[in-house]
Amino acid sequence: MVGSSEITSAIEREHISSLLTHGKRIDDRGIFEFRNIEIDVSPVEKAEGSAQVILGGTRVVAGVKVEIGSPFSDTPNKGVLTCNAELTPIASPFFESGPPDEQTVEIARVVDRGIRESKAVDLEKLVLIPGEKVHVCFVDIYVLDYDGNLFDASEIAATVALMSAKIPEIEVNEDTGELTVLDKKQLLPLNNIPVSATFAKINGVLVLDPCLKEERVQDARITMTSTQEGNICAFQKGGIGTITMEDIDTVIEVIKEKAEPVRDLIREVTKEAREEI
Amino acid sequence: MKKKRSVRRVNSVTSSRKEPLESLLRKDGLRLDGRGLDDLRPIRMEVGVLDNADGSAYIEHGRNKIVAAVYGPRELHPKHLALPDKALVRCEYRMATFSVEERKSPAPGRREVELSKVIRESLEPAIFVYKYPRATIDIFIQILQADGGTRCAGVTAAALALADAGVPMRDLVVGCAVGKIEGKVAVDLSDVEDKLGDGDMPIALMPTKKVITLLQCDGNLTPEEFKQALEKGIVACEKIYEMQRDVLIERYSKVRDEVTEEQREEEE
Repeated sequence: MVGSSEITSAIEREHISSLLTHGKRIDDRGIFEFRNIEIDVSPVEKAEGSAQVILGGTRVVAGVKVEIGSPFSDTPNKGVLTCNAELTPIASPFFESGPPDEQTVEIARVVDRGIRESKAVDLEKLVLIPGEKVHVCFVDIYVLDYDGNLFDASEIAATVALMSAKIPEIEVNEDTGELTVLDKKQLLPLNNIPVSATFAKINGVLVLDPCLKEERVQDARITMTSTQEGNICAFQKGGIGTITMEDIDTVIEVIKEKAEPVRDLIREVTKEAREEI
Repeated sequence: MKKKRSVRRVNSVTSSRKEPLESLLRKDGLRLDGRGLDDLRPIRMEVGVLDNADGSAYIEHGRNKIVAAVYGPRELHPKHLALPDKALVRCEYRMATFSVEERKSPAPGRREVELSKVIRESLEPAIFVYKYPRATIDIFIQILQADGGTRCAGVTAAALALADAGVPMRDLVVGCAVGKIEGKVAVDLSDVEDKLGDGDMPIALMPTKKVITLLQCDGNLTPEEFKQALEKGIVACEKIYEMQRDVLIERYSKVRDEVTEEQREEEE
């Protein structure tokens, strides 16, 4: 999860893991407790939708830009959605500039999977002229401060940015196929609110929402994304440790309880932006 | 998995001409290729297929055709990547341009970057990396033909190649995907089932200890379906593991016979 330049002392590892055997965490949280979540809606006015999420010491900004473009040839009746993440030295001395590394790609693709598979954005309603013109949504996630668990912070930021996004209404001239951008704004067509929960497995113990110190000593990472119906729409195991069936049972039980408060928070903070239209 | 690059490669002319599939299950309840829900596709494996790699393997899993090669433990370049206490494991999963319907760009895409990472993380737990500080173990997986479940078949082949290279391991690693088609959990999804189904869950396992080293999922599964899929996936992995073990035993009992034969000749 972290760059090769980083060295974690064996003492710290032992400290964190011995605390866990007593059911305690390095920052005094419960084993299955999220850090405090602060969400700032639409901090970037030029983006169609945006959100800043502060999760403990982790801070990310997500922005949504929507353009008109062509659909993929095998999905002529669907709009296009792409997620991208940027982990630059601004967020951590262990991040490097340059083309996206595998950590960056993994975060972007896991967030993408959560949004896509939960059908959060109704891509079929983003079609202007089938097979020719559709709305193309770019969700870009910038990490500003890295203190562990970029997955959940990014998932929340991307979801809030999409939910608060306002795009111009487009008039389609059926005869000429000409598109006119109207002054009137509309919300993106949304169907679901995915919420992810990321766990670190440290010495056989699972903890929710790992902070950086925990992430540095984790053996394996589990990210599970649930839909508002309580179904599972994305899962990703990371790290070189192993996981068991019992771990999966635990994760399923915890997400049942912990995802809903986050979903409620997302609904609450986006309410105002969504009612403006 | 809905991957951007693969989306582009599907030929719009042929796909629009084809009648849309009504169901992924036939009227008799079997799948389009005649399999039951718990049946695997035919699998064939071979070990030691390349001359120059330290270890190699070839797998045909359904219509997937995959070659895996392993080098190492060997000296690591560039040296600054070396880890002071263990070997660095590197993995490259690549799809050939002609492995799919419409030519794939030869440059590695985001999907290949992610899959290389998860495959590496699925194999490393099985390797005794602490035996080889500062060294590297390089794993290369080349998909020659893709037909759904390439990462899992790739893991199966790569584990064989690691064993063939003589890399000390705790266990083999074996992969298989499970998914959901027409609301039912089905084992070992084919390409079309993966694309049109309701969910895909690639799994890799160290079968002796029954611990999971790779698990991903996309789609829409209830928690019960998720658990059921995982259980079926583990059973499927165990079946493939038997084949994996047999092919290794077969290969090396042949080697053993050759060696004893040579020794006998020398003695005579």
